[in-house]
Amino acid sequence: MIAELFAGVSTRARVLLVLLAVVMLAAPLVLDRYLVSVLILVCLAAYTGQAWNILLGFAGLLSLGHALYLGLAAYISAGLYVHFGIGPWLGVFPAVAVCVAVAALLGWLAFRFRIEGVYFALLTIAFAEVARIGFDHIGFTGGAGGFFLPVRSEDQGQWWNLRSGPTFFYYLALLLAAGAFLLCAVLRRSRLGHRWLAVREDPEAAQALGIHINRARMSALLLSAGMTGIAGVFQAFYANNLFPSQIFDISRSIDLILAPIIGGVGTLFGPILGAFVLAPLGEVLISITGAIGLNAPGTKALVFGLFLMAIIAGVPTGLWPRLASLLRLRSVGR
Amino acid sequence: MLSVENLDLFYGDAQALSGVSLDVPQGEIVAIVGANGAGKTSLIRAIGGMLRPARGAIRFRSRDIAGLPSSSVCDFGIGQVAEGRQIFPTLSVRENLLTGSLLPRARGRRAHNLERMFALFPILAERATQAAGTLSGGEQQMLAIARCLMGEPELIMFDEPSLGLAPAIVARVLEVIRELNRDGMTCMLVEQNVAASLRLANHAYVLENGAITLSGSGAELLADDRVRRSYLGM
Repeated sequence: MIAELFAGVSTRARVLLVLLAVVMLAAPLVLDRYLVSVLILVCLAAYTGQAWNILLGFAGLLSLGHALYLGLAAYISAGLYVHFGIGPWLGVFPAVAVCVAVAALLGWLAFRFRIEGVYFALLTIAFAEVARIGFDHIGFTGGAGGFFLPVRSEDQGQWWNLRSGPTFFYYLALLLAAGAFLLCAVLRRSRLGHRWLAVREDPEAAQALGIHINRARMSALLLSAGMTGIAGVFQAFYANNLFPSQIFDISRSIDLILAPIIGGVGTLFGPILGAFVLAPLGEVLISITGAIGLNAPGTKALVFGLFLMAIIAGVPTGLWPRLASLLRLRSVGR
Repeated sequence: MLSVENLDLFYGDAQALSGVSLDVPQGEIVAIVGANGAGKTSLIRAIGGMLRPARGAIRFRSRDIAGLPSSSVCDFGIGQVAEGRQIFPTLSVRENLLTGSLLPRARGRRAHNLERMFALFPILAERATQAAGTLSGGEQQMLAIARCLMGEPELIMFDEPSLGLAPAIVARVLEVIRELNRDGMTCMLVEQNVAASLRLANHAYVLENGAITLSGSGAELLADDRVRRSYLGM
């Protein structure tokens, strides 16, 4: 299966891919803690980008509420750990299950009542907003005041509870990003992937070929939600604090989708490239505004917004297709 | 092979088909001719399971398929080549063909069928990795037909296959339909190009305002005064 993935990929692209893998694997050996933390953000953005890209890039459904799954899974896994002592490796299962169930409800509503296009996107926002407001009032997980995971020195090194140092989190994030990339590469060529692409391109034509549109869309939605949930568990144990006003916020949903949009919606490498561009850019902005003593919390959003506008105006299909042809890696559909 | 009996179809309050009955015997080409808005596409979409008829029966190989979803209808062996070709423009020619082989009935033989299509339409083999949107209109129509054949249909419904094509290409498309039929494919052909489709068809029906007003062999209808006046401008 893996060998089949590389059929039609140029030698040049293979060499670059191996090079990237080696660099990423070796990075923590040479970089300091701060730079490793930036790379964690890159890997996480690449991972969530792939998850979201399955929905829009493959199946043609725009979600602007993916923070919902991030937050739900984060709260569930954190709640299980804090209140019941259930570790994240176990907690990830109910967390993902709830994400999938909520996505199934959203999908059922949307597909049953033929809510499409921009209205589907509005529905995803509505679901995320309901969760945000709801969790503001759930005392069990701290409500609006936030939910905190205990950080105790005696827990340090308990990898089974994700109580480890940045290097561990880095490799975990790298594993997620690489796994999502491979999964998407496999799906892109699978029968399921072909169903998604057909529905994305032209739902009516897909239907005329006997493709069950709603089933195809639902499968993409459930997979995308479940994958995003895994990132939510990671987020909870990495950040150790959760606030409904942050993790369920629409701005978080936007954060999740910037990498694939900038990198190239529907491409396999776009979310990765987008993550490599955006996460460091965010850090550079923070250090610049810090250095010149500027206290303007909206700076990052403003610059990202301008950047996004430039991409949409200049290279609407994203940076990756352009970069791929510059590096002469381009073949159809990659 | 396919028989439609007393089919009524509505869009809201508007009746698109009323009491339509027709037969498509195995191995034949049956043409449905009629003006724009007569209900030809609605008929195809109702048979294909994309519209639910209000009344009437649609029997395929003696199984009633009226109201079944298109995924089932396609899997029974009814393929359609939709109006305006409806290929997937940003997918490669190869990927377009593979989307045609997702049906359970054809899934297992997709590699074999792909080879068959490339042999049948060499131009598609040549352009296999190209985005389908970059093909010419005629090539896109060939791709749409090949994609349908990937699902191993026993009956193909063609909706306006000559629409928007240059005359030379139209002749080629109709020739392909004739060749498919010669190899045993049952075809239902919906066309505004009345003269050409009547010449091709064993049997034909005239559809006017959602009802069948005339039927007969292709040659009979070609000679019919009403058809000549209304559709052939003679």
